[in-house]
Amino acid sequence: MSSTAQLKIFRGDRNGGAMVDYEVPRTPGMVVLDAVHVVQATQAPDLAVRWNCKAGKCGSCSAEVNGKPKLTCMERMDKYPEGTAISIRPMKTFPVIKDLVTDVSWNYAVNKKIPPFKIKEGERKYYQYEADRVQEFRKCIECFLCQNICHVLREHQLKQEFAGPRFLVRVAGLEMHPLDTEDRTELIKDAMGVGFCNITKCCTEVCPESIQITDNAIIPLKERVADRYYDPIRWIARKVFGGNDSRQ
Amino acid sequence: MEPRPTHQYDVVIVGAGGAGLRAAIEAARQGAKTALLCKSLLGKAHTVMAEGGVAAALANVDDRDNWKVHFRDTMKGGKYLNQWRMAQLHAQEAPERVNELEEWGAVFDRTKDGRILQRNFGGHSHPRLAHVGDRTGLEIIRTLQDKGIHSGIDVFMEFTVRRILISDGAVSGCVGYDREKGAFTVFNAKAVVLATGGIGRCWEVSSNSWEYTADGHALALWAGADLLDMEFVQFHPTGMTWPPSVKGTLITEGVRGEGGVLKNSEGKRFMFNYIPAMFKAEFADTEKEADEWVASVIAGKIPTARRPPELLTRDVVARAIHREVAEGRGAPHGGVFLDIATRRTPEEIKRKLPGMYHQFKQLADVDITTDPMEVGPTCHYTMGGVRVHPETQESTVPGLFAAGEVAAGMHGANRLGGNSLSDLLVFGKRAGEHAAQHAKRSAAHPRIDAAQVEECVKESLLPFERNEGENPYAISEDLQKMMQRKVGIIREDKDLREAIEAIRSLRERARHTKVGGNVQFNPGWHLALDLKNMLDISEAVARAALERTESRGGHTREDHPKTEADWGKVNLVMRLRDGNITLEHVPLEQPPAELKALLEGELSH
Ligand code: SF4
Ligand code: SF4
Ligand code: FES
Repeated sequence: MSSTAQLKIFRGDRNGGAMVDYEVPRTPGMVVLDAVHVVQATQAPDLAVRWNCKAGKCGSCSAEVNGKPKLTCMERMDKYPEGTAISIRPMKTFPVIKDLVTDVSWNYAVNKKIPPFKIKEGERKYYQYEADRVQEFRKCIECFLCQNICHVLREHQLKQEFAGPRFLVRVAGLEMHPLDTEDRTELIKDAMGVGFCNITKCCTEVCPESIQITDNAIIPLKERVADRYYDPIRWIARKVFGGNDSRQ
Repeated sequence: MEPRPTHQYDVVIVGAGGAGLRAAIEAARQGAKTALLCKSLLGKAHTVMAEGGVAAALANVDDRDNWKVHFRDTMKGGKYLNQWRMAQLHAQEAPERVNELEEWGAVFDRTKDGRILQRNFGGHSHPRLAHVGDRTGLEIIRTLQDKGIHSGIDVFMEFTVRRILISDGAVSGCVGYDREKGAFTVFNAKAVVLATGGIGRCWEVSSNSWEYTADGHALALWAGADLLDMEFVQFHPTGMTWPPSVKGTLITEGVRGEGGVLKNSEGKRFMFNYIPAMFKAEFADTEKEADEWVASVIAGKIPTARRPPELLTRDVVARAIHREVAEGRGAPHGGVFLDIATRRTPEEIKRKLPGMYHQFKQLADVDITTDPMEVGPTCHYTMGGVRVHPETQESTVPGLFAAGEVAAGMHGANRLGGNSLSDLLVFGKRAGEHAAQHAKRSAAHPRIDAAQVEECVKESLLPFERNEGENPYAISEDLQKMMQRKVGIIREDKDLREAIEAIRSLRERARHTKVGGNVQFNPGWHLALDLKNMLDISEAVARAALERTESRGGHTREDHPKTEADWGKVNLVMRLRDGNITLEHVPLEQPPAELKALLEGELSH
């Protein structure tokens, strides 16, 4: 049972770095983060990696495993055949701090620009079917894998212009909250740049929480913007009668 | 000497989980200039792992519930060793704190008539846990985070505090390093709130994240503050046992709340054999009655049957599992079976317990809608911690406050599930409020003693100066294994004495660690520093456990299996004096007559 796994892990910092080879024993049920921890404990104590929960709940351990964005604590090693090295790199869209750790502070700055929840006066009851839709967005663990994969941010680095899927999810969660009264439509169009999204759905594919980012968050937000700016009557109707965000 | 970079604040909060965030929001609301220091990135703290819910007597599902019943349940669960005033304030204020979260945008699951839904949980007489599926902690932390960032708080992420600074017998701030650069910074503050969580990384099988290295407990101890109830450590009955990669990972008590049952290798529901006398009146003694209870709960009715014994308090269930395994009736990987598959439909399981479904499928190749889970006890929570004033949360050191898991008293000898999220909201708010008021009372910032700062920095950098030395990971692993074996769920005199000896030699080894690389984001170095906290607090736990020669709640002695009335009147207090941890018996605070009557008499339901 003493098979081994070959790893190639990025070691370096803001000034550059290289892939370094390591070898660790495979154990049953092992995940990629376990393998990184074994390297840390036995070969490279200063290997930098973020993690907290090791249960897919905190979104700290994001990295690119064989080029694919993954939560390393949920990624089983036995998915990868023995004999071929597994490469583990930091997320590409964000600047490297050290090894697998990246500077994700831009995300926190974007979040801060979103006007907070503003509760309506009076009756506060709402029903599970209304909660359901918002709860999908609130499952987000802020792993930033969607931000990492979105070509607008990854290839074009349009971080000034586009807030990225994570924050469109967040703002959708606020906009569709049954008790919220804030109006963020202008923000969604201008500061968040929803128009930059061309619905490639890459973000949805990598989301570990299976949030239907494109269909359920981004497209309805695009519709809201379109209504407000190009179809004001529909916008007013929606304000007055509430509800339906889908055009079908 | 070059002065250290220094920030000035009224209130500095150490730790950004639920308690820290709630404290920061409150301190800022009181007008205090507030800094929040997070050991990780904001929003990643251990609170995200809380699954089942937040306990508050909202009485949305069962109108027989009120603060008095919640208070009584909490005291009973804590085996009456709780600080009664904390348990009372907690029960009274939890509903307000939960409603406030809703006002800040939290989206709890709903009742049919559109209010916050509540579920059943171990030790709670009524459905009391407001929840969001099985990710309640995430909902709470995100709500507080989004509220916090608009409250004028300065957030310092990935910053670890190494020492509380003291001048003239009171807090003057703290010093620590940021992970990215490894640079030391001083925070000069009128008040410091510890909200650092727990100590679970001292054990091998643990549900706790890497951050739970006893930081706040140790900072308080070193600052001269009293620690209380350190012998009481909660082992959650249901952690994963297989594969090794996930050993200890939590399985929410919600599985049992939704009707899941525990079985041994003979297929028997063994919990019927373990109902303690004090709970006999409230728990079903036949499978039939237990199943009736589940059926009415699922149907949304108020049950008339008594509840299933799987919902007994965590200490009881964990000990029962331990016993079944010890007597040879365990599952293949050292636990027992938890079966929801034969109790609920696959659709219900996926809807009610999505996280659990996913977790088992992905990490253990088990489909919980068709097969039983294997579960066993995992170190989960510490009831012990900083001794605080029940109203203000101030420790015995002026200006030093504590809230959440790092504070003691609220839960006594055992915590009820769901009482942790409510604890951190209620006492986080109180700590923030009183820290801000404390700051207002002091006009000028206290002076900083530069010698304390430099001593801390120098000591922290020692691991880089050694050319020879041991890998800190090896020492930490040895400590965890030792604590698991000798200061685990069942304890005895000989083991505890050996543990104290072992800690001495581990401490010697920890003085000679060597770490490679440099100060920038260097986990080996961070661990070398954390070892000091873990060792000092492990010693406190082992010594308190040795002292308490009885069994009660989260402290079970093989050699003293009975709960002794005399020990029910005593709390153990530890403090650091002249470099040694001292231990003192203090009489338990007694509740006033009307609350005593409430605890002794039957409540009018
Ligand atoms: S769907 Fe839009 S947000 Fe998502 S990856 Fe594609 S362009 Fe980016
Ligand atoms: S939306 Fe999904 S992928 Fe994006 S940050 Fe949230 S959890 Fe991660
Ligand atoms: S460590 Fe928390 S998601 Fe991986």
